[in-house]
Amino acid sequence: MSRAEIFNRIRTGLKVGADDSARRAAVEARLNARARNLIPQRAQLPAEELVQLFLNMAREAAAEVIEIERREQLAAAVEHYLQAQGVGQLVSSDEELIVALQWSHDNGIVHERRPARAGDEASLTGSFAGIAETGTLLLYSGAERPTTLNFLPDTHIVALRASTIVGPYEDAWQQLRQATGGQMPRTVNLITGPSRSADIEQRLQMGAHGPRNLVIVLMHDE
Amino acid sequence: MARLPEFDALRDQARDLKNHILEHLDLYLEVFERNVTANGGTVHWCRTAEDARRTILEICQQKEAKTVTKGKSMVSEEIALNDYLEANGVRPVETDLGEYILQLRHDHPSHIVAPAIHLTLEDVSEAFHQAHQRPKTSDPAALMREAREMLRKQFVAADVGITGANFLIAETGSTIICTNEGNGDLTQTLPKTHIVVSSIEKVVPTLEDMTLFLRLLARSATGQEFTVYNTLSSGPRRPGDQDGPEDYHVVLVDNGRSDMIASEMREMLRCIRCSACMNHCPVYGAVGGHSYGWVYPGPMGSVLTPQMVGLDKAGLLPNASTFCGKCEEVCPVRIPLPKLMRHWREREFEQHLSPASVRGGLGVWAFFAKRPALYRLLTASGSRVLRLLGGKRGRLAKLPLAGGWTDHRDLPTPSGTTFMQQWQAQQKREHRS
Amino acid sequence: MPEDRSRPVVGLFVTCLADMFRPEVAFASVKLLELAGFSVEVPRSQTCCGQPAFNSGDRADSAAIARQTIAAFDGYAAVVGPSGSCIGMLHHYPELFSEEDPWYARAQELKSRAFEITDFLSRHLELDKLQSRFQGKVTYHDSCSGLRELGIKQQPRELLAQLPGVELCEMEEAETCCGFGGTFCVKYPDISNRMVGNKVGNIRNSGAQTLLGGDLGCLLNMAGKLKREGVTIEARHVVEVLADMADIPAIAEAARN
Repeated sequence: MSRAEIFNRIRTGLKVGADDSARRAAVEARLNARARNLIPQRAQLPAEELVQLFLNMAREAAAEVIEIERREQLAAAVEHYLQAQGVGQLVSSDEELIVALQWSHDNGIVHERRPARAGDEASLTGSFAGIAETGTLLLYSGAERPTTLNFLPDTHIVALRASTIVGPYEDAWQQLRQATGGQMPRTVNLITGPSRSADIEQRLQMGAHGPRNLVIVLMHDE
Repeated sequence: MARLPEFDALRDQARDLKNHILEHLDLYLEVFERNVTANGGTVHWCRTAEDARRTILEICQQKEAKTVTKGKSMVSEEIALNDYLEANGVRPVETDLGEYILQLRHDHPSHIVAPAIHLTLEDVSEAFHQAHQRPKTSDPAALMREAREMLRKQFVAADVGITGANFLIAETGSTIICTNEGNGDLTQTLPKTHIVVSSIEKVVPTLEDMTLFLRLLARSATGQEFTVYNTLSSGPRRPGDQDGPEDYHVVLVDNGRSDMIASEMREMLRCIRCSACMNHCPVYGAVGGHSYGWVYPGPMGSVLTPQMVGLDKAGLLPNASTFCGKCEEVCPVRIPLPKLMRHWREREFEQHLSPASVRGGLGVWAFFAKRPALYRLLTASGSRVLRLLGGKRGRLAKLPLAGGWTDHRDLPTPSGTTFMQQWQAQQKREHRS
Repeated sequence: MPEDRSRPVVGLFVTCLADMFRPEVAFASVKLLELAGFSVEVPRSQTCCGQPAFNSGDRADSAAIARQTIAAFDGYAAVVGPSGSCIGMLHHYPELFSEEDPWYARAQELKSRAFEITDFLSRHLELDKLQSRFQGKVTYHDSCSGLRELGIKQQPRELLAQLPGVELCEMEEAETCCGFGGTFCVKYPDISNRMVGNKVGNIRNSGAQTLLGGDLGCLLNMAGKLKREGVTIEARHVVEVLADMADIPAIAEAARN
C-alpha cells in the first residue's frame, strides 16, 4: 500500500513521536491564517496609481490595451478592433456584462455565445480582477464562463473594470475567496500577455498554442 | 533584479517556508488529499516510478484512451512515462513546443525549462519537414505556426490530458501549472480526463504561500516578471460547466523523496525546478544537459540523480563540479548545492566507490599533509624537480602523469626553492646579524 | 623577528601553491602586512589547508589537517593568506566537527580571525601607504571561493585604485569560474579546458596587458592557457603589484637573466 508506506517513511524521517499535536497545531494555524508573505513595494501603490502600473506592465507583457471611458462603449470598441483586424467571427461567454452588450446590426461579425472550438478567430470574456504588479488578468471558470474561450481562439479580448484592479496577487485571492464563498472555482487562470515560446533556438515567437493576441478593454467607469 | 529589490528577502522567506513545509510534509499532504477529494477529484499515491506508470496506464485503459496529450512534466520524464504508455498501446503526444520537437526526433530534454535548447533551427526545420511532410522552412515563426496547426488536431482528438504541477495547494486542493505557451491549458481543458502527475514535495499550504514561490519562479527560470499562464485546477467540471474535464486525477509520486527527509539531502527537496542553477552553471554551459546522462541536468541534477538512480551509477556527477558556488548564489530557495555535492563525495569515499587512483593519490598526499616536516621535504623536492623539468622557460608543455593539465595548457613551473626554505634561510640570516 | 614587539603579530598562511610555485607571493604578502603595521610569523607546523581532502569527501583527513592548522595558528591576532580558496577552507573547518567537540569552538574561533590578504589589507592598511611603480592596464579575475565564500570583490579593486599607474579594464564575466576547481581540472580536463578557453577569450577582449587575481590555482590555470594559446598577456597575483614586486617574471614566464 503505497499511501501508508509513503506516510510512514515521511513520519519516520521526521522522527514524529506519539504526541503530534504541536505539528498539527502549526499546520492548522498556517492554513487558517492565510498570512501574506513579503509583498513587493511596487504592488503597494495608492489606488489611482494602480491602473497606470497595470497598463504599463500589461503592455510590457505584449498585451494590447484599449481604454474606454464608459461600459456602453465596449461593444463598439470590440467591433472596431475586429473590423480593423479583418476578423469576422466572435465567440463569447454568457456573463451578464457580455450578454447585455448592444451590438451594431450591420457589423458583419458572426457572434455566438458558447465554449470555443478549434478554428475560432476571436473570443470575448469578462474578467474578475486585474493585478497591477505584473499586468496580470484573473479569470475563473463557471457555467457562464467556459475556459476554452481563454485559450483556443487566435485573439482573446478581455473586458476589465478599472475598479477591479488590485496591487498584489494577494488582494485578488482575498476577493476571490469572498466572491466564491471559499469554494475554489474549477479553473482559475492568471493571464499575463499573449502566448509565446522560445523553444526554437531561444528565439521568442508569439502565439504558440494559446491566443496570438491578448486585447484588454479597460472600462474606466466601472 | 532592479525591479524587484525584495528578491533576496523573498528568497529567505521561500527557503524558510519550504523548510516549514518539509517539517510538516505528511500533514500538508493529508490536507491536500482531503481537499482534492472534496473537489471531486481522486488522489493516487505512488511509491515508485513503476507504481506511477502503472497507475496512469490503468486510468487511461479505464477510459479506453488511444491518444493522450501531455503538457511538459519533468516528473513524467523521471518515471519514463512515454515509453511505457506507447508499449501498452496508448499514444502520448507532447504538446510543449520543445518537447514536441524532441518527441519527433526521439530525443530527450537537455534542460528542465527549455528542453530543446541543444537543437538548432536547422534541426527543428528538418524534423518538421520529415514528420509533417510539408515543404521545408527555416522561418521560426512559420515553424511555430506549423506546430500550432498540427497539435490543434491532437488537443481535440485526445481522450486524456496529462500535465505536471508546479505546486499543490493544500488549502484548496488545487494544482497549478505555469506555462508560456498555453499548451498545458489546452491539454487539461479539452480531453474528458485530466491527470496531474506530480511529486510529493510540491505541496504548499495556502494561495498566499504559492504566491511567494510564483514571484521567484519566472524570474529565476526565464527572467520574465511573470509566466504568461498560471493556471489553478481544482477538480473536474462543476454542474453547469460547459467545458473542462469530467474526471480529475492527481498522481503523487514519491520515487525516493521520502528517503531524503531524514538524510542530509533534505534541503534538495526545496527545489522548485526553476533551472536557475543550470542557466548559470559554467560546467553545464560547457557540456550541455545531455552529458548528465539522466533526466535532471546541471547542479540540481548532480545532487538529485545519485539519489534516484544510485551513487554507484551516478557518482561522477557530484564530482564534475569546480564548486564555484554560482548555483547556490542564484538558487531562489537557497539550496547549498555545492555542500550537497560534497556530501555525495563523502558517501562515495566512505563506501569506497571513488576510483582507486584517486583514493591512492589522496591517501599519499594526506599522509604527508598531516606531517609538516615530511610535507616540507616533499614540497621542496617537488619544487626542485619541476624547476629542473621546466628549465629556464618557466613552464612545461608536457608532464608525464599530468596529461589532464598539460594536454590543454602549459604548467607554470616553480623557481626551485620553496617559500618555507627561503623564509627559514632569511630568518637565520637575520638572527645571526 | 621584527624588533617592534608592540606590533600585533599575524600568522601567515603560506598556501601550498605559493610555497611551491611562487614564493614571491608569500614574500609580497609579508611586505604588505608589515606595511599595514603588523609583525609577521610563519608557523612551521602548517601544511595544506586540507581542501583537496575535503572536496574529495575525505572527512577524516580533512579534520586531522584542520586540527593541525588550528593548533599551528593558535594565539595570533589574525591568520592571513594570499588565497580566497585556502582561507575559505579555514572557514569551513567548523563543519568538520560536531558542536560538542572542543575542536568545534576552536575552529569557530580560528574562522573569526582568518582573512584573505586583500580583505585584511582593506580593513587595516592606510591606503596612502601603498606605493607601486607598476604601469599598465590590468583586468581582475574574481576567484570563486573568495568571491562567494568570503565576499572578496571590491577589496582588491579598492587597493589597486590607489596605484596611479594601474588602469583597471574589467573583463566580461569576471565572476565566472575559470575551470580550475582544484582536482577538477585534471579529473575533467576537457570540461575544464572549455571553461578556461572561455575565460581566456574574455581576458583578451578586456584590452588589459596584465591579468590579476587573488588565487594562484586559478592564475596557474589561466596563465598556462594564455601561454598555450600564444597570448602575451601576463598573469600575476595581485599582491605582487600592490607590493611593488612586479619586476619579477610573470607566472609561467621564463626567468630573466
